[in-house]
Amino acid sequence: MDERQRQGGRCPPIPDGNPHVTEQERRQLLQELLQKQADSGLKPKDRLAIPPQEMPQQDPAVRRGNVNEVTLGYTEEEARIEAMRCLQCRNAPCVAGCPVRIRIRDFVGAIAQGDCDQALAIIKENSLLPAVCGRVCPQEVQCQEKCTVGLSLKDVSKAVSIGRLERFVADRGRDSAAAPAVAPATGRKVAIIGSGPGGIVAAADTRRAGHDVTVFEAFHKPGGVMVYGIPEFRLPKAIVQQELQTLKKMGVKIVTNFIVGRTRTIEQLMKQDGFDAVYVGVGAGLPSFMSIEGESLVGVYSANEYLSRANLMKAYDFGKGADTPIARSRRVAVVGGGNVAMDSARTALRLGAEKVYLIYRRTEAEMPARVEEVHHAKEEGVEFHLLQNPKRILGDASGSVTAVECLRYELGEPDSSGRRRPVTIPGSEFQIEVDTVIIAIGNLANPLIRQTTPGLEFDKRGNLVVDEHCRTSMPGVFAGGDIVLGAATVILAMGQGRIAAAAMNEYLAKKRETNDR
Amino acid sequence: MSHQIVGKRQIGEDVFWAEVEAPLIAAARKPGQFIILSIDSDYSERIPLTIAGADPDKGTIELIWQRVGKTTAELAGLNEGDRIANLAGPLGTPTHIGRFGTVVCVGGGIGNAPLLPIAAALKQAGNRVIAILGARDKSRMILEDRFAEVSDELIVCTDDGSHGRKALVTEPLKEVCGRDPKPGHAFVIGPTPMMKFCCEATRPFAVPTQVSLNTIMIDGTGMCGGCRVEVDGKARFVCVDGPEFDGHKVNFDLMIKRLNAYKKLEQQAYEKYRQHECRIGLHG
Repeated sequence: MDERQRQGGRCPPIPDGNPHVTEQERRQLLQELLQKQADSGLKPKDRLAIPPQEMPQQDPAVRRGNVNEVTLGYTEEEARIEAMRCLQCRNAPCVAGCPVRIRIRDFVGAIAQGDCDQALAIIKENSLLPAVCGRVCPQEVQCQEKCTVGLSLKDVSKAVSIGRLERFVADRGRDSAAAPAVAPATGRKVAIIGSGPGGIVAAADTRRAGHDVTVFEAFHKPGGVMVYGIPEFRLPKAIVQQELQTLKKMGVKIVTNFIVGRTRTIEQLMKQDGFDAVYVGVGAGLPSFMSIEGESLVGVYSANEYLSRANLMKAYDFGKGADTPIARSRRVAVVGGGNVAMDSARTALRLGAEKVYLIYRRTEAEMPARVEEVHHAKEEGVEFHLLQNPKRILGDASGSVTAVECLRYELGEPDSSGRRRPVTIPGSEFQIEVDTVIIAIGNLANPLIRQTTPGLEFDKRGNLVVDEHCRTSMPGVFAGGDIVLGAATVILAMGQGRIAAAAMNEYLAKKRETNDR
Repeated sequence: MSHQIVGKRQIGEDVFWAEVEAPLIAAARKPGQFIILSIDSDYSERIPLTIAGADPDKGTIELIWQRVGKTTAELAGLNEGDRIANLAGPLGTPTHIGRFGTVVCVGGGIGNAPLLPIAAALKQAGNRVIAILGARDKSRMILEDRFAEVSDELIVCTDDGSHGRKALVTEPLKEVCGRDPKPGHAFVIGPTPMMKFCCEATRPFAVPTQVSLNTIMIDGTGMCGGCRVEVDGKARFVCVDGPEFDGHKVNFDLMIKRLNAYKKLEQQAYEKYRQHECRIGLHG
C-alpha cells in the first residue's frame, strides 16, 4: 500500500493533487534536483523555479458525502521536492511568523535531505502537536506569510508549504513517537483545567519538569475544541487521541466529567486537594447570538451546538448507532465568515443538506477563515452570500424555521479591527428559504470560573487578565488560550500553554526552595 | 471513572429511582442543581437529570427519571451493580433558599423529584411549607411520603381522582394563593404546560413564582446554547443562568416548541430500541 492509500483510509480513489504531473515525472524531478544539488548545488533561482507541490485531496463531489479527511498529505517525493523550494534564508523570517518559534528553516532543510526523523525532532523542540498544527494552523498569515519564496514570487500561496511539510513529518513519525522524558518527581501537584491545545501543552511541559499533573475536562472526552469543534474531515480524531495518549504515557492523569467551578472550585483544588499551581485553559465557551427576532426558533443552532452534536456525539451516525439527533436539514444558512462557519457549512453538507448558504456581512477579503477552508467550502458547493446579514428569522406555527430575512450591505470606512465597516443598505431586505440556521459569529467568555473564583481578575469582556508570563492576579494560578485572548487559534493557545508552563515551573521551583528552607 | 448503581427500583408507572456512586457530586450539590449523564461513551446521548437527593457521607446521589425515550429506557434497564459511564455535575445555579414565611411547592409528575430537596431546604430554613403534588393517576404519584416529612401541609391530587383530590394542581394552588396571608413564594416543577398554567394561576395573586426548566442540553456548561429559553424577552441559558427562572417571565410556548424539536427522531430511536429489546427478549 503506498503512502497515499494508507493515509486515505477507506476513501474512494483519489485524484492526483498535482494533476499535470504523473508519479513518475515527480520521481524524475526529484532525481534531477538531487543530482543537480550533488553536482553544482541548487541556486536560489533553481529553487524558485521548482513548481509548488499541491497536496492530494479527496474529490469535492465525493468528500461532501463522507466525513473522512479532505486533504491526504504529501507523499515522500512531494515533501522532498517542496522542501527543496526553501531558500534556507540566513535570517529565517518564517520562524518569526510562528507563535511557538519552531525552527522552520532547519526542519524543512532536514526534509530536503531526506532526514524526516531529524525534522520531527526539531519540530518537537517547540511544538507538541505537529500533526494537529500542520493541519489547522493558519500558516498563510503566520510562517508562510513571511516566507521569502512567496515574497519573491509575489504570491503568498506560492510560499513553501510549511504546514503541509509539518504534517508530513508528523504523520510519518506518529507511530514511532516516544513520550518525552520526565524529570524526577518534585512532589508538587499541578491542575490543568481544560484539555484543549493549551492545556495539553501546559500539562506536558509541567509534567516534563517532574510535577504530578492532572488534567480536568468538563466533557466526557478530552481534547477540547479539537474534539467537539473541529470536524473529523479537517482533523481526524484519532490524531488527537494519539496526542492525548502521549500525555498519559508521560504519567499525566486525565479526569473527564469534571467541571471546575461546579464539581470542585479552584480554591478547593488548591486549599483542600493539595494542588500547588493551576492552569486555566477553559476556552471561550459561550456562543454569541445575534439578538434578532426568531433566534430561538426550532432549527436555529449555535455553531458550538451543531458541531458538538456532529463531532463529539457523532450525530451523523444517528439511527446507525449514535443516540444524539441533529436536524435533517435540506436548506441551511450559516452566518459568519470564520473557520467555525466553514466547518459548520461543510458539516451540513455532509449531513445531507441540498443547499448550504454562507451568509457574511463583509466580503471574502475580510473573512477571518483560512484561505484553504474557504476554497474547500466553495469546491464542495457551499454558496457564498457576501455583504448580507440576517435581520430576522421566520418560522411556522410549529416554531420551525422557514426562512431567513437578510439585509444587503456595502463596505464603508475601516473600523477598529482595520477592516472596512459593513454598512446597511436601507430597504434591501430579501428572504432565503431555509429550514436550519447556524450562527457562527464567535464566542464570549464562559462565566463559570469567574462566578466561582473570587480573587481572579477579569476584564470588561469577561476574559481573564494575565501578565506576559500568563500569570493571573491569584498567586499560583496561570491562564491562557481563548479565556485570555478571546477567540483565537489552536497554535496561539499552545503558545500560551507553553509560556504558562515555564512560569509555573519557575513558580514551583521557587516555592520549593522557600519551603525547603 | 464510571459510576456504580448501588440501588435501583421502579417507584411508579414508568418512573424509576436509583442511587448512584458519585462522591464529588454528592459533596458539592445543592438543591436545584442537576447532572448530565451518558450511559456508554462514544455513541450515547447526554441527558440532564435533576438530583433528587444526596448522601455526602456515603458518596451517592439519587436520580429519578421517567421512561420516555431510548436513553431513559436504557437507563431503566440497568440494575444494581451496573455502571453509568459518565456523570457530570453538579450543574446549574442552586436554588436561592430564602425566608419567605409561607411557601407553596407545587410538583407535577416527575417534577416531584427535583422539588423534594428544595422543599426540604425551605423547611429547614424556617419556612412554612405547603406542598401540592399532582399526577395523572395514582400509579404515577411519587415521593408522597417524603413530602409528608418536609411539609407542614400536603395536598395531593390526581387528574382522574384515583388518589387524593380529583383536580389539576392549579385548583388547590389558586385556593392557597387566595388565603390570608398569601404565600410569600411559589416553587413549581413539573411538565412544561403544567408550569405554564401554574404561573398563570399565581400571577393574579402576585405571588412570585420560581420554575425549574428542563430543556434539551448538550454540555450543561454554557458552551452550546441549545438549552436557551426566552425570559423577559431575552435569550437565557438554562444550564448556567438557570435552571430556575421567574416563571411569570418565561415564554413557555416557545419553550414547548423547542422541546419538541427532535420528537420525531426521538420516537423513531425509541421504537427501534423497543423492537430490538423485544427481539432479544429482555422483557419476556
